[in-house]
Amino acid sequence: MLGIRKEFPGIVANDDITLQVEEGEIHAILGENGAGKSTLMSILFGLYHADKGVIKVRGKEVSIKSPNDAFDLGIGMVHQHFQLVHNFTVAENIIMGKEGGFVYDIRKASRKIKEISERYGLSIEPDMVIEDITVGMQQRVEILKMLYRDADILIFDEPTAVLTPQEIDELMQIMRNLAAEGKSIILITHKLDEIKAVAKRCTIIRRGRLIDVVDVASTSVEAMAAAMVGRPVSFKVEKSPCHPGAPILEIRHLSVMNSKKVLGVKDFSLTVHSGEIIGIAGVDGNGQSELIEAITGLRKAESGSIIFNGRDITALSIEERNEMGLGHIPEDRQKRGLILSAPLTSNMVIKEFRKAPFSSHGILDYSSIREYSEKIVSKFDVRSGEGVDSLAGKLSGGNQQKAIIGREITADPDLLIAVQPTRGLDVGAIEFIHRQLVEERERGKAVLLVSFELDEIFNLSDKIAVISGGELIDIVDASSTDEHAVGLMMAGIRKGGEN
Amino acid sequence: MGRERMKIQRPLEARKASPLVVSLSAVFLGIVAGCVFILCIGKNPFVGFERILFGALSNVRRIGNTLGMSTQLILIGLSVAFAFKTGLFNIGASGQMLMGGITGSILAYYLPLDMPRVIYLPIIIVASMAAGAVWGFISGFLKAKFNVHEVVSTIMLNWTAYWIVYDFIPRFIIDPTISVKSKPIDTVHTLRADWLTDLTQFSTLNYGFILAIIMCVVVWFILQKTTLGFNLKAVGSNRFCAEYAGIKVNRSIMISMAIAGALASLAGLTYYCGYSNIMEMGKMPNEGFDGIAVALLGNCSPVGIFFSAIFFGILKMGRGSLAATGIPTEIADTIIATIIYFTATNVILASFWNNIFKSRFERSEEAARLAMAKHGDDTPIASLSRKRFKEYAKEGRAYLKEGKEVR
Repeated sequence: MLGIRKEFPGIVANDDITLQVEEGEIHAILGENGAGKSTLMSILFGLYHADKGVIKVRGKEVSIKSPNDAFDLGIGMVHQHFQLVHNFTVAENIIMGKEGGFVYDIRKASRKIKEISERYGLSIEPDMVIEDITVGMQQRVEILKMLYRDADILIFDEPTAVLTPQEIDELMQIMRNLAAEGKSIILITHKLDEIKAVAKRCTIIRRGRLIDVVDVASTSVEAMAAAMVGRPVSFKVEKSPCHPGAPILEIRHLSVMNSKKVLGVKDFSLTVHSGEIIGIAGVDGNGQSELIEAITGLRKAESGSIIFNGRDITALSIEERNEMGLGHIPEDRQKRGLILSAPLTSNMVIKEFRKAPFSSHGILDYSSIREYSEKIVSKFDVRSGEGVDSLAGKLSGGNQQKAIIGREITADPDLLIAVQPTRGLDVGAIEFIHRQLVEERERGKAVLLVSFELDEIFNLSDKIAVISGGELIDIVDASSTDEHAVGLMMAGIRKGGEN
Repeated sequence: MGRERMKIQRPLEARKASPLVVSLSAVFLGIVAGCVFILCIGKNPFVGFERILFGALSNVRRIGNTLGMSTQLILIGLSVAFAFKTGLFNIGASGQMLMGGITGSILAYYLPLDMPRVIYLPIIIVASMAAGAVWGFISGFLKAKFNVHEVVSTIMLNWTAYWIVYDFIPRFIIDPTISVKSKPIDTVHTLRADWLTDLTQFSTLNYGFILAIIMCVVVWFILQKTTLGFNLKAVGSNRFCAEYAGIKVNRSIMISMAIAGALASLAGLTYYCGYSNIMEMGKMPNEGFDGIAVALLGNCSPVGIFFSAIFFGILKMGRGSLAATGIPTEIADTIIATIIYFTATNVILASFWNNIFKSRFERSEEAARLAMAKHGDDTPIASLSRKRFKEYAKEGRAYLKEGKEVR
């Protein structure tokens, strides 16, 4: 791809970007959210057309008008959101659109799928049904789909955002296998350690411009991060020693059912004091969601009690809990956190529109809503095309998250619950959000952090509570433990070898 | 307020098709389809449409009748649209209409005739709206508590209302001479007003039309200006976010369905105690379903609903005059059906217009670039003001034209 330029209204998404990928190479594209990585790949995949520049595949200039053209050239893309039919089998999903004639031979296809699967170590059985397999396996089905169509150039768009650490390792191995077989891989990501682990070279993009192409082995993570963000980045958050105050949240013997009607949280007890950050460490799906939903009121507690600011809130409504000063940065910002089809103004007062000054006697006061929203947007540096009138869905993921965090912090809660607050965000945004959370702690607020990334837990927490299988394994001081010890506890192994 | 507000300039870009453009295109295509049908049966389409307009609008009385017909459509359209905004599909407007109608008719039958109208009218309006609100609320309740889909429950309640009316007419308000109809209501007990009747030379126009206009304003106000509207719209656009924010989702669903029911039952009142003055046994009013089309065509906005209801009113009133030309009156229904079809495919219509706007914009952009290059202006196109952009584009087009002529 040579000299690619693409303009969108109000923004130059790609400005003279050149990307060269060799055969059998894993090439990373690094950039912050909104830097233009996805646009560049969408051009390569035929979803957008470049205003300027040429694309050459195997030395020949080509014109890619649609994803079908891309397929024909052997370019395949593994999207962030999988495009699979849930109640179809793996084989059916893979051959969809490639059935070849009116009657299709599923057996023949299955054989080919099995063959490819074994060759690249994907361990996928063609007759498994999509809804029965894990997210990591679904992703491998997407990869298989590309390979089945004889793709030589595979684009991975943020492939690890949805995977557990083990699945990430497996994926990395698969990528290496693919590259060893001569496939070219383009890895779009902003996770530096992944690039370090698999990529050979890395193209760094910032604000639509090509910054550098670096050899990964000889470049430090810090240098890459600085090139991506445009300034040195600190991975370590500065924080003063912890001075915990009065207990804010007390969870006593809490048990909660999960969606499958079995106990997802079992006899869980935890106290969060003002002025401290407690990190809940655990592998995804070990009861964290149920625990948080029970605290915030989205899910009913089966037994036990939740005391907030000295008052039992177990039976209170969500509204009452919010009123009492409970802030919540939800895990799924697009599903829970925002109304994507509504402007930022409405989103910023979604919890408080009933209160003065945003309304009186049931009539909304748009000017104070706007003023309040503008305050949050400027203080938390939420960038959008049309200011507070922008629809929330038009913002990039990082800006959506900043908007949510801005809303929750501006409401001045006594307890701030942050679930995966930096998932899918780039280092610049992560740094900003981490600083905000630490600032809340410094201001004497209690912060309960749930994260599946141990780095984040260790970086921020004063104490770490490890959850496994819905049970509290242990609460440890962040300063007196290490990732290995916490990792073992996350697997359910208690101190002293007891299981 | 008085505070200086930061004005953010929208980046310059190609226009997007507005809902109005989309709805008008649907109407246009529906009319074109109607023309084709009329041509197919060997008649002149212009004569056909002239007759429809003649039948609906040629004199004051006909205009009055058209507005009288539109009254129900406006109210049902509002009812459907209101539920839509909360993410609910109210397909039970017919049943709610019947409940409003039977409540109004029974009260009209039993309340004393010498009652002052300033007291009588509010009573039947409130009573019938309450009946519809209850009817809508049942669906909302079933949805909130037992997760019964509102499409299922409203359709079932349509038939419940149908049979209630079937039972209540003979039981309470039967006309002994024609045993399948209710006794005609005295004019003083309908929503008709002498001044409206005189003004429109004995048309069906009645106070209901004024009520419908008031309701347009009320619905607009609720949805745009109140916390209740904010609440309901939040639930409609993302119920998970609404729940997270502490909005009581189930309560909102019940309120929304009750308000939708009240609006539809008001339509029933205007229909059975204004537009007509009897209720027939065993008749499900079609308007409940026409209202869905009205809401869709009107893009669920009160103003849009008002005009789309009047448009449908014209087609429905005017079709009677088609018969004289030998064109079947069903043509009018066909046009309505075609418009509904095109409204339902609004995404296609919108993208059609967006493509046109886009290519036109790109041509202007090219021309503007040329002109800007000559002027040495290197502001990015997106941050130009629209006026400036137009000037450049005009100038550039002139250059392009010259260039072509030279070549």
